[in-house]
Amino acid sequence: MRYMLLQNYGATESDCPPMTQWAPADIKAHIEFQQALNAELLERGELVDAQGLAGPEQAKFVVSDGVSAPVITDGPFPEAKELLAGYRIVDVESAERAVAIAAAVSAAPGANGVPIRQPIEVRAVMSAPDPEV
Amino acid sequence: MTGHGGTADLLRGLAPRALAAVVRRYGHFADAEDAVQEALLAAATTWPADGTPDNPLAWLIRVASRKMADQYRSDEARRRREEIAASWSLIPHEPVPAYDDTLTLMLMCCHPALSPGAAIPLTLRAVGGLTTREIAAAFLVPEATMAQRISRAKARLKGLDEPFTLPPPGGGDRLRSVLHVLYLIFNEGYAASDGPDLARTDLSGEAVRLARGVHAALPRDAEVTGLLALMLLTDARRPARTGPGGELVPLEDQDRARWDRRLITEGLNLLTGALRQGQPGEYQLQASIAALHDQAPSHAGTDWARILALYDRLERLTGNPMVTLNRAVATAMADGPGAGLALLDGLGDRLGDHHRLHSVRAHLLAQAGDTGGAIAEFEAAAARTTNLRERDYLVTQAARLAAGPP
Repeated sequence: MRYMLLQNYGATESDCPPMTQWAPADIKAHIEFQQALNAELLERGELVDAQGLAGPEQAKFVVSDGVSAPVITDGPFPEAKELLAGYRIVDVESAERAVAIAAAVSAAPGANGVPIRQPIEVRAVMSAPDPEV
Repeated sequence: MTGHGGTADLLRGLAPRALAAVVRRYGHFADAEDAVQEALLAAATTWPADGTPDNPLAWLIRVASRKMADQYRSDEARRRREEIAASWSLIPHEPVPAYDDTLTLMLMCCHPALSPGAAIPLTLRAVGGLTTREIAAAFLVPEATMAQRISRAKARLKGLDEPFTLPPPGGGDRLRSVLHVLYLIFNEGYAASDGPDLARTDLSGEAVRLARGVHAALPRDAEVTGLLALMLLTDARRPARTGPGGELVPLEDQDRARWDRRLITEGLNLLTGALRQGQPGEYQLQASIAALHDQAPSHAGTDWARILALYDRLERLTGNPMVTLNRAVATAMADGPGAGLALLDGLGDRLGDHHRLHSVRAHLLAQAGDTGGAIAEFEAAAARTTNLRERDYLVTQAARLAAGPP
């Protein structure tokens, strides 16, 4: 079963400041945590993909009726906190396992090593017939 | 690249020669390329078990020719198949040197009508002998997507209906496209330490290998030599460029003892020979800059005045705003951060809201002692970069300045 674990730029459950205000050692610890988690998921045969997205400053919204020129909205967006910051796709044995991974992601260390408690959205990926079959 | 080291290396060396031989005989580059790919895959599975044939190149040509013949099933094609079968007896002698095949195929694959996004995977497969799976993994796209990208590139070449002939001596204007594609492959490999540490084909190493092939074909072309030198002089710093956690280590902070002296020596020798010809083009100028960095005892002890002079020439030659950005860094090192910052004014018009403009300004503001301004610019750069390692680095720089001196 495939799950997508999504995280937004949105508010966290802790009072974690923006990363540029952390101590450099805390940033290092955070990055190492993310790498170690990916390595563990890879080693367990669960990691499908993990990507961080470039900042909301680069985001665009595109709307088109398919006839006239598309309407393109550039940032900055007042609602940037609702934009996706990154995701992992995992292939796991159970929904419980997906939730457990999400919990680990949410508890990533922040400033002073305090868990960030960022909300992680857990979504099942729809399965489709293999197009090659 | 993958298992069976010996066979894989052998096959990758033979791949361009087999393809060139098949194309020279029968034309039809696109079909020949497919057929040779199949022959290579067949060899990769059978040779390790059955042993390598006495004449591996002839084996590949024979199998590829047969596969080509199999592809033609219509009446008209049946005639061709007979022709092909009849011509198998011609195969044994291959008087063309290997490096000519490499150059000819590179000129074909890097046709100016193809975008780099199409030319790069085609080159890696047809000349580099990489499998579609390996190329797909290197660019982090599904194998089916990469297969489609390659077949569209070949269809485009087919439409051009260009006969497969030996290029003019030196490759003419077409050589520029070849060098540009090799340069892009190298940079892709050099910048690519992102993603969840998946095993990725060593694209930089592949670019060096292909550049060596072109250099062997055109040893007296100063820009070809300059590009190979640039790659070696840059690649020499790779061991020091990332820390234990994969984090980016900027030139200033690199442990110069970890630079590869062997590559530096080879690059310097190549560059010296190229410059002696007195026609310095953009790759030779870039290689000259890399050489000055490689020979410097420290960041502060670098010959910034000469680097600045080289960037001046490079800027006049290319008019590339990215070169101006690098010139600003050299200017700051030679004449102080104020002079560098002055150069950045007005670059925004040409570069747009580019992350590198912000990061260079951040570094120069930090040098000038404007901590607040530098933090803001590091944050702006981090928000705009699309490279994860670079973002980590920029965020850490901002945090380091905010935390004050250690």
